[in-house]
Amino acid sequence: MKRSVLASIALAGAGAGAGAAVARRFRAGAEAGAGALRWHVVTVLRAPEEVLVDGTPPQPLADLGDAVEVRVQPAPGDRGTELAVRMRPSAPPPRDGQDPRRVLRTALRESKQLLEAGSVLRVDPRPAGRRKATPTGALLDAVVRRAPGEGAL
Amino acid sequence: MRALCWNGVNDLRVETVPDPQILNDHDVILRIRLSTACGSDLHLVGGYVPFARSGDVLGHEFLGEVVEVGSAVRRHRVGDRVVVNSFIACGSCWYCTQQEYTLCDNSNPNPGITETTWGQSIGGCFGYTHATGGFAGSHAEYVRVPFADVGAFPVPEGLSDTAALFASDAAPTGWMGAELGGVRPGDVVAVWGAGGVGQMAARAAILLGAERVVVIDRLPERLGQARDRIGADVLDYTATDVVGELRELSGGRGPDVCIEAVGMEAHTPGLQHAYDKVKQQLFLQTDRPSAVREAVMACRKGGSVFVLGVFAALVDKFPLGAVMNKGLTLRGAQQHGQRWTPMLLERIAAGELPTEHLATHVMPLEQAPEGFRLFKEKEDGCVRAVFDPSR
Ligand SMILES: NC(=O)c1ccc[n+]([C@@H]2O[C@H](COP(=O)([O-])OP(=O)(O)OC[C@H]3O[C@@H](n4cnc5c(N)ncnc54)[C@H](O)[C@@H]3O)[C@@H](O)[C@H]2O)c1
Ligand SMILES: [Zn+2]
Ligand SMILES: [Zn+2]
Repeated sequence: MKRSVLASIALAGAGAGAGAAVARRFRAGAEAGAGALRWHVVTVLRAPEEVLVDGTPPQPLADLGDAVEVRVQPAPGDRGTELAVRMRPSAPPPRDGQDPRRVLRTALRESKQLLEAGSVLRVDPRPAGRRKATPTGALLDAVVRRAPGEGAL
Repeated sequence: MRALCWNGVNDLRVETVPDPQILNDHDVILRIRLSTACGSDLHLVGGYVPFARSGDVLGHEFLGEVVEVGSAVRRHRVGDRVVVNSFIACGSCWYCTQQEYTLCDNSNPNPGITETTWGQSIGGCFGYTHATGGFAGSHAEYVRVPFADVGAFPVPEGLSDTAALFASDAAPTGWMGAELGGVRPGDVVAVWGAGGVGQMAARAAILLGAERVVVIDRLPERLGQARDRIGADVLDYTATDVVGELRELSGGRGPDVCIEAVGMEAHTPGLQHAYDKVKQQLFLQTDRPSAVREAVMACRKGGSVFVLGVFAALVDKFPLGAVMNKGLTLRGAQQHGQRWTPMLLERIAAGELPTEHLATHVMPLEQAPEGFRLFKEKEDGCVRAVFDPSR
C-alpha cells in the first residue's frame, strides 16, 4: 500500500482527522483526470430486459442523455445484470463544474436502488440535536454532501 | 421529541430534536419502548469510530411499538410490538438474498465514505455515524425504521420487553459468531469478553452442541453471569495465562473455535497495553487488537477465529504468521440479524437463551448520559444500561 494511502487511512481513525483524510482522498480522486472515460459498473439483481426496457436505461441514467454510453450484460453466477456507464469523449463537462464521475456514480447507484428496492433511500430530514459550527464539523458536512457520488465505484 | 445526542468525545446530552417522519414507502415510525446501550456505542462515544457529527442521535438496539406505517409496508400494523435489527437492509439486493444483510448494497446513502476507507461500502445502521448512512438512532422517543418489512420482527406475546430487546443485536451477534465460526457438537469454544455479546456467543455455542465453552474477562460480575446464567466455564485474564489455561482445558489442542467479543478498545495487563494505547492515541493504529491476537495464538491448528468486536481500520503487530501457518480460518462481520432474530425470539421465549439478566440498569431516557458513564466505566455491576423513554 502506498504511504499516502496508509497515512490517510490511519488518520481516518482520529475523530478530528477523519473528515480531512477522506476529503483529501475525495479531492485526490477528482484530480485523477481521465478516469471519467472508463466504464463504471454496478451489478443489479434483475434480468437484462428489466434493466434496459426497450433499450432505455433507468431514469437517473436516461436523464444524462447523449452525454453517456450505457452497456448491459448478464452477470455470471445468477447475479443479475452488469450495468455499465461512461462519459462519451465528446460530451461537454457537467455545467456546474462537478467531477463527471460523481454524476455517473450517483446515477448508477440510484438506478440500482430503483431496480432492486423500488425507490431511492432518503435520510433527510432527520432528527438531530444542535450541530455545532466547528471546522471539523463543517468538513464532515462537506464529506457527507459528496459521499453519495464518491467512492471506489 | 427527546433524544440522546453525541456532542463530541465523551460528551452526551439529552436534547429536544425534531420528530422523525416517513420518508420512503417502506418506512415505519416506532415509539421506543426500550433501547439499550451496546459496546459499539462506547467505541463511538469515545471517538474511536470517526464520522460522528455533533447532534447525531445514538442507539441501534431497540424495541418499540409501531405508530405509523408507510404505504408499501405489508407485515406491520399500527400497534404492533416489534424488535428491530441494528443494520438496515433492503431485502432485495444480492447480498440480502444471500442473507448477508449487513452487506446490503442499497441501505447506506453515503457509500463514498466506506468505499474510500475499506474498498467497498457496507449497509446502513441506526445511530452509528455518517459512514453507515447517518440514520438517527433509537436512544429517543421515536425512530424511523426504513425497510421495516425486512428488519422489524413481531415480539411473541408473553415475552417481556427486556428479554426480547436483545434479539435486536446482542443475541444475533453472538449467534453469528458461533454459527459462522463453525461450532460443531463436541467442540471446545473460547469466547473473549463477557459483555452482552460475549455471553450470547457462549450460549449460542452451547446450543449448537459445544462440549465445553470458556468465557474470558476480568470483571467478576460478568464472569459470574457467564457461569451462572449462561452455563460456561470462566477465566479471569488478569489472574492466569489465558493461552496456557485454554490449552489445558482442551486436552492440549487449543479451542476449535475462538470468538472475539471485545473490540477495538481491548484491555491487556502489562506492557502490551501501554504499547497499543500509545500507538492508538498517536493514530499509528486505530484499534487495540489484544484479544484477537490472543485468540489467534490460542486457537487449535486448522481452527477458526471469529471477530465480533468492532474494529475501524488498522491494527499493529498482528500474528499473521500464526494465521497462515496454523491453517486458521479468520472471519468477522457486522451481525446479519434478519437471518436469526425470529429463531432467537422463539428460543428466548422457550427459556433456552437467557437475556433479561443483561439489563442490569433500566432507567429513564433523561438519565442516559449517566447510564453511559456507568456502562463505560463498568461501575455498579453495569452490564447494559437500558433506556425507557416512558419513565
Ligand atoms: N459484529 C457485530 O455486529 C457487533 C454487534 C454488537 C456489538 N459488537 C461489538 O462486540 C464487542 C462487545 O460488545 P458488548 O456490548 O458486549 O461490549 P462490553 O463493553 O459490554 O463488553 C466488552 C467486554 O470485554 C472485556 N474485555 C476487555 N479487554 C479484554 C481482553 N483483553 N480479554 C477478554 N475480555 C476483555 C471487558 O471487560 C468487557 O466485559 C464490542 O466491540 C462491540 O462493538 C459487534
Ligand atoms: Zn450493537
Ligand atoms: Zn440489500
